[in-house]
Amino acid sequence: MDLTILWFCIVGFLFVGYFVLDGFDFGVGMSLPFLGRDDTDRRVLINTIGPVWDLNETWVIVAGASLFAAFPEWYATLFSGFYLPLLLILLALILRGVSFEYRHQRPEAAWKRRFDRMIVIGSAVPALLWGVAFANIVRGVPLDEGHNYIGTFFDLLNPYALLGGLTTLLLFFTHGVVFVSLKTDGDIRARARRLATRAGVVTIVVAAAFLLWTSLAYGTLASVLLSAVAAVTLIGAVLANARGREGLSFGLMAATIGVAVLSLFFALFPDVMPASNDLANSLTITNASSSEYTLTIMTWVALIFLPLILAYQAFTYWIFRKRVSRAQIPVEAPVGGAEEAH
Amino acid sequence: MNELLDPLLLSRWQFGLTTIYHFLFVPLTIGLATTTAIFQTAWVRTGKAHYLQLTRFFGKIFLINFAMGVVTGIVQEFQFGMNWSDYSRFVGDVFGAPLALEGLLAFFLEATFIGLWIFGWDKLPKKLHLATIWVTALGSILSAYFIIAANAFMQNPVGYDINEAKGRAELTDIGALLTNKVAVAAFPHTIFACFMVTAGLIIAAAAWHLYRNQHLETMRPALKFGLWMMVIAGALTVLSGDQLGLAMVETQPMKMAAAEALYRTSTGADASFSIFTLGTPDGVHELFSIRVPYLLSFLSTHTFDGTVEGINDLQAQYVQLYGPGDYTPTIWVTYWAFRWMIGLGMLHVLIALVGLWLTRKGRSPRWRWLWRVAIWAFPLSLGAMIVGWIFTEMGRQPWIVFSLLKTSDAVSPGITGLDVLISLIAFTAIYGTLAVVEFKLIKKAIQKGPDDAPEPDPESGDVRHEATVY
Ligand code: HDD
Ligand code: HEM
Ligand code: HEM
Repeated sequence: MDLTILWFCIVGFLFVGYFVLDGFDFGVGMSLPFLGRDDTDRRVLINTIGPVWDLNETWVIVAGASLFAAFPEWYATLFSGFYLPLLLILLALILRGVSFEYRHQRPEAAWKRRFDRMIVIGSAVPALLWGVAFANIVRGVPLDEGHNYIGTFFDLLNPYALLGGLTTLLLFFTHGVVFVSLKTDGDIRARARRLATRAGVVTIVVAAAFLLWTSLAYGTLASVLLSAVAAVTLIGAVLANARGREGLSFGLMAATIGVAVLSLFFALFPDVMPASNDLANSLTITNASSSEYTLTIMTWVALIFLPLILAYQAFTYWIFRKRVSRAQIPVEAPVGGAEEAH
Repeated sequence: MNELLDPLLLSRWQFGLTTIYHFLFVPLTIGLATTTAIFQTAWVRTGKAHYLQLTRFFGKIFLINFAMGVVTGIVQEFQFGMNWSDYSRFVGDVFGAPLALEGLLAFFLEATFIGLWIFGWDKLPKKLHLATIWVTALGSILSAYFIIAANAFMQNPVGYDINEAKGRAELTDIGALLTNKVAVAAFPHTIFACFMVTAGLIIAAAAWHLYRNQHLETMRPALKFGLWMMVIAGALTVLSGDQLGLAMVETQPMKMAAAEALYRTSTGADASFSIFTLGTPDGVHELFSIRVPYLLSFLSTHTFDGTVEGINDLQAQYVQLYGPGDYTPTIWVTYWAFRWMIGLGMLHVLIALVGLWLTRKGRSPRWRWLWRVAIWAFPLSLGAMIVGWIFTEMGRQPWIVFSLLKTSDAVSPGITGLDVLISLIAFTAIYGTLAVVEFKLIKKAIQKGPDDAPEPDPESGDVRHEATVY
């Protein structure tokens, strides 16, 4: 197989991995105000993703670096062209990352509330903007001959892209809530299940609209088929959740997100950044890729290490397979809202 | 106004500031992961409770610090594409590979095993749990190697060919790229310097408690450990710095000339090293200086009668090679950064030696100022590290990739000054705020001191430890 095609697939795989994994982290983060009735609840929610959020987030670092190594032109055009949305994503990820670590460092309620708020914002912003970014890639953006983006920030906020953003936001939200029902116990688990059903129905409507739009406007045969598969798995996930089949529901949500991302990649192929103004300026897997030599080296590394990486990450998920319950959260003497006196 | 909104200038400021900021956390991550692993090993081996307390104590500081290292690192990864897209296009074929290797081989390892360590106290058997912190430490050191190899390509490009048709550098030899002589020399120097910074933190934390006569059973051994770590890491930093200096003179003679503000080529006694100079900022006129004859010759060539090329000759040479232009970095920055790096570093080793002498055989001096000095060991060693990098990076200017690509040709053509101004302000604001929070939290964790929580018990499945639950 042509190495550029293989690397298109590997980059696709890494983004699928990122969205499936960090997707439920975003969802859990966004669910804090809906499911977290008190501090103990919120700690239960955060602890469901505690051991894994960092490794999930690392998928985007590896996806980005692999994009850099395998398709430098794509990396350069995409990252400089989407400067402001990426800035917002970065700021959100900074806030979210430190909040997990910092919120439990002090007992005051006000301190914790501040970081809870940052977790919600830090989860919702990337969940929305990643969808906007990927929808724009599929739709095509104006590029000059040097492959530089020549539109503005507001050109990126077109209706199709915003619908894409809303779709990822809702998908990740439902994914996260289903994850909560799979990983918790008691009351919070029951509430998560009910919320997942309601969120799931809304998600089906929005996602169907987005996938339909994608299929009609930009679809290829493969991407249309994949969209159909995604629609079926999504409906399956919501039904399974309603029946209390949490594991199955989570698996189907993961499949939905994975297949939906794949369908976007299939809609692109063989372009990687279609130019909306002049097709001659489009970036394709050929004119954006690295040399044969670099791709060969990277292929060996990926073939040897990806299985190993998947194995130890699976091991981590297995170690932390138990549900988190309120009983495990240590009782703390509540401290009032004011800052600690020095 | 246009001057102010220059995307190049703003991008340089942003990259400089965000990298320096990222690097405030990296040394502690590298050093504390290793230190924590050593204490935990001691605990597993001997079963003595104070080793467990030290593991938890430094482990907690490590985690507060780690979160910042991670989130600021992502910014670095994205910025190459966001602000330096023409750079990314030109070197991506070469430079992307070590970054991808870093992600695949190091970051995944680190991010996965740190989760296992934090949450695994009571889920994993003792020895396996110990292994997770060692793997985390290994991951952080591995990541340093790859990033330094990437950076070394910018200092001394090797293992590539220029593809004229595509207008870019292409990798031809991954082995040469990863064994770049600058990388091989810079890696140990950086790692040992990271250990110095960590030693500074350990000394500072221990001094704070010992002065108050508390937690003696944990802080006495911690102080000893820190002092020895500082002396050993300091000696190794100097030795490796010496090797790095040789590599630098060979690959970028202009940087050494700029480090000494040496305008005329000099030989032997003439090639003196000035410890301190007063004069005009560009170093052309000097009013007063303290000089050590032969030292510059020795630093550059390891002989006392070596010749060190001066800025004027090098500038003329470069104009011939690369066309008209100014090939001199900002002299006052390189001159002073080089001195502060060495000076602060030496000062620390000295402080540590004095400390070892004063605390010999369990003594505990009661002079207030002495403990103060010990506490300052931490910020100052971090300072030495930062100025070292400022020297390395600013001494490379005007090149972004030495001899191949100028910084001015590297900036993204598509971004506006306003874009960068927005991001620069946003990063400065958020980083500034977090720096305050972070500093307070670390200070609080240090002042709280080690606590004597019970030993973790994998049997009972009890996870009620402060360190195990967010
Ligand atoms: C605690 C920190 C520290 C201390 C005490 C020293 N250094 Fe250093 N130095 C660094 C921390 C550092 C660093 C980690 O900041 C740098 C930046 C780039 C690098 O690889 O290491 C560095 C760079 C650096 C370079 C520039 C390499 C280049 O641009 O290619 C040279 C020549 C030296 N060092 C030499 C020395 C010598 C001769 C030292 C002592 C006698 C010394 N350093 C002490
Ligand atoms: C952590 C240590 C580092 C610090 C403190 C640091 C600091 C700096 C500073 C101050 C600048 C601005 C120089 C100027 O514009 O005059 C700079 C530029 C730059 N550095 Fe570093 N740097 C570090 C490591 C690295 C590494 C490891 C890489 C690459 C892998 C790198 C890549 C760059 C790039 C691409 C620029 C922008 C172009 C330029 O201005 O030269 N830096 N860095
Ligand atoms: C300018 C270039 C740099 C880039 C692009 C970069 C990139 C990154 C990224 C993406 C992370 C987050 C990893 C995670 O999520 O686990 C990170 C963390 C880290 N970086 Fe950097 N980094 C740079 C400079 C450096 C340098 C010069 C070193 C070492 C000498 C270094 C060492 C580390 C280490 C050890 C970590 C992990 C621990 C921590 O986050 O505190 N980085 N870096």
